[in-house]
Amino acid sequence: MKAFARLLDRLAFLSSRNAKLALLAAYFRETPDPDRGIALAALTGDLQLRTAKPKLIRDLVTERVDPELFGWSYDFVGDLAETAALIWPTGERNEAAVPGLAAAVDQLNRAHKDSAAKLVAEWLDVMDPAERWALLKLITGALRVGVSARLARTALADYGAVEVGAIEEVWHALTPPYAELFAWLDGRGPLPETRATPTFRPLMLANPLDEAELAKMQAADYRAEWKWDGIRVQLVAVRDAQGARVRRVYSRTGDDISTAFPDVVEALDFEAVLDGELLVVRDGQAAPFADLQQRLGRKRVSAKMLQSQPAHVRLYDMLFDGEEDLRALPLDARRGRLEHWYGAADRPRLDLSPLLDFESWEELADLRAGAREAGIEGLMLKRADSPYLAGRPKGPWFKWKRDPLLVDAVLMYAQRGHGKRSSFYSDYTFGCWRRREGRDELVPVGKAYFGFTDEELGQLDRWVRAHTTQRFGPVREVEQALVFEVAFDAVQRSTRHKSGIAMRFPRISRIRWDKPAAEADWLPTLEAMIEGARG
Amino acid sequence: MDAHSKAVQRWLKVTPAGLYCEAGDFHIDPARAVPRAVITHGHGDHARPGHGAVLATQETLAIMRTRYDGDDGRSSQALAYGETVRLGDVSVELRPAGHVLGSAQIVLAHGGKRVVVSGDYKRRRDPTCPPFEPVDCDVFITEATFGLPVFRHPPDDQEIDKLLASQRLFPERCHLVGVYGLGKAQRVIMLLREAGYTAPLFIHGALEKLCKLYGDFGVDLSELLPATAADKAELQGQIVLAPPGAANQSWARRLPDPVVGMASGWMGVRARARQRGAELPLIISDHADWDELTQTFADVAAPTIWVTHGREEALVHYARQQGHDAWALSVAGREDEDE
Ligand SMILES: [Zn+2]
Ligand SMILES: [Zn+2]
Repeated sequence: MKAFARLLDRLAFLSSRNAKLALLAAYFRETPDPDRGIALAALTGDLQLRTAKPKLIRDLVTERVDPELFGWSYDFVGDLAETAALIWPTGERNEAAVPGLAAAVDQLNRAHKDSAAKLVAEWLDVMDPAERWALLKLITGALRVGVSARLARTALADYGAVEVGAIEEVWHALTPPYAELFAWLDGRGPLPETRATPTFRPLMLANPLDEAELAKMQAADYRAEWKWDGIRVQLVAVRDAQGARVRRVYSRTGDDISTAFPDVVEALDFEAVLDGELLVVRDGQAAPFADLQQRLGRKRVSAKMLQSQPAHVRLYDMLFDGEEDLRALPLDARRGRLEHWYGAADRPRLDLSPLLDFESWEELADLRAGAREAGIEGLMLKRADSPYLAGRPKGPWFKWKRDPLLVDAVLMYAQRGHGKRSSFYSDYTFGCWRRREGRDELVPVGKAYFGFTDEELGQLDRWVRAHTTQRFGPVREVEQALVFEVAFDAVQRSTRHKSGIAMRFPRISRIRWDKPAAEADWLPTLEAMIEGARG
Repeated sequence: MDAHSKAVQRWLKVTPAGLYCEAGDFHIDPARAVPRAVITHGHGDHARPGHGAVLATQETLAIMRTRYDGDDGRSSQALAYGETVRLGDVSVELRPAGHVLGSAQIVLAHGGKRVVVSGDYKRRRDPTCPPFEPVDCDVFITEATFGLPVFRHPPDDQEIDKLLASQRLFPERCHLVGVYGLGKAQRVIMLLREAGYTAPLFIHGALEKLCKLYGDFGVDLSELLPATAADKAELQGQIVLAPPGAANQSWARRLPDPVVGMASGWMGVRARARQRGAELPLIISDHADWDELTQTFADVAAPTIWVTHGREEALVHYARQQGHDAWALSVAGREDEDE
């Protein structure tokens, strides 16, 4: 645990990517199995660990520390796990009693629910503050040390002096603590075998389009299609070593979501790996995202749900045809293979994402401007000659989203941010006006992080502190006096929100210091923007 | 207010210029120029120029002369640790505070009461100055820079190890450590020496005079070289000490891809360390942490504690729980310690 704690402690402060890579590679070199593999899983988000709620930490600490001292401390530090790690009363640090990382994870996973808290408390007693912080961040599932899964795997590749692509390729077939992978990187074993196990292949992702770049791009070099507003999936249908069919639906990050979509799985009666968008489709029409949302995150789906919200995959690309890997082929060739394959049999619950006809960027811009119907987020531009590459390579693919929708909303609550911003009030809840029982009132319509310069963040932070009307833990209620211009991609009906609506991807685009709160927008303005609201 | 406080307040008062001892007609660490001052130590928020007469340790007087262009008051009197003088109706004694070279607690006795003005202090070992000596007293006046139980400074050697490990990890870069010029710079140098680091250390020009002064008082910092005179290649893999903030100035452009460190007690809290832009926060403090503060309350056995200079509320709360009479004392001229 000590080495892991030191690693996190340094990662949290290093800003340069190269420095992080060097630090991680050194950690992999100096740390034995299985600890290094567990640490890797923690960084890539692949660690299976029964997590604890922040309340558990709060309870453990307040049992041991004077509540007023704790309150002042938490207010100063701004982070619960960090406050707990620092304030925890200790006697002598007992290094021998501190469990290793893998041992700690293992014991926690095997512990009975009621004894887990006791176990954690015993460890905290013998740890130093850095170790306590690491343990608490780990069990609350909030490492936030500025390392993406991709960066962690790149460091692993540096450590083994191999291409990161080789690791990406086998990654999703492996599980922590990755002993065979490390054996291969250390030159003690073969590259882990992934064939014949259904394996998620890393997706190819697009970069946002900088419209100024269009002038330098030749329209003829690109293919365009709609960017469908569902969730990106990979369909994997293979046969295992015994010849039995294995069928999986993976999310964009490689999570197996097959059990939530038995209707799609049933349709995978072929051998191929396909890339597409999961949507709810009725009569060939994509439904708004809200319909799909009802089917996400469920362990089991009712027959009624299967009927009312039928799932469907709109195909973009073909990665494998049978056992043949198509990824090195140019996009046009893969598209040809996809169309041929699609036409060769009846393919229920699947269709092809159509290619759009355009000869100039102006034509395409017109198409994009006209696209306001449900299920479309914007356009995708893909170079016709692009091979299918893992990750988000610079250049070949672009997403060109619809222009955002805008409303003016009033700041209602502010909360301290995380990480670098933990000492600033940088998360904001804002509302729009509605008339209720003869009175005008604000109702919250969304929540967004701050997206401006440090200077503006400082101004807002000071404004929040100076206009606080009430405090609830880390949240401050403020005077209803400051207007934000909020940009968002879409708005949907929602039964979970008091306002009855939910914004998709809200962000604060401007602070309207000039605008009186009374002139902010009304809820009906937002309701009129709901997809499909206009007949 | 308790009886001790009432009795002492008749002759020791908080005024706009700072703490004023009426019975002896002198100020302690005044915020502006006064006729007679007793100074605990040489930091800028305690020792200011322009006083008439100054009483302090000879080290503190020397530091004042170095910082203020020869100004340690129109007349100055040096007092050694453990010596006593009478000023007016008050006996004044200086005892080590363990904060920086020359730092002293001021022990005042008058009218049957003994008061200790501790100034800034710490309890852990410091190779550059003698350790804090607890003095039994009726009223103990404590600083509260790190007066929250989340401030628990780790062992110094652990922090120095962090720096040396980073140096091994990035051998082609240089390590720029931000340190305050009085006390922190010399302490970090001595801790590195004690950890077996014998190579020359590079220092910013602003640190030179005080490092030399420490040497004159017998603190052997070993070989120091001016960072300004070195070229980029020479500084690869080296440790450079500079005042905090130097990292953001054009001065730092001469350094090869520096890892920016900062040695301060504030580094124990992540948000603070990030605000300072530290990539390598080193929790090394010249102020007592929570455990040292509370241990000191027990050691000086004072029935009454006055808390000033930092986060008073938590320490007052704690001291009262422990059965002391405790009061927050707000004295002018004290911001958050730049430490
Ligand atoms: Zn000081
Ligand atoms: Zn001070």
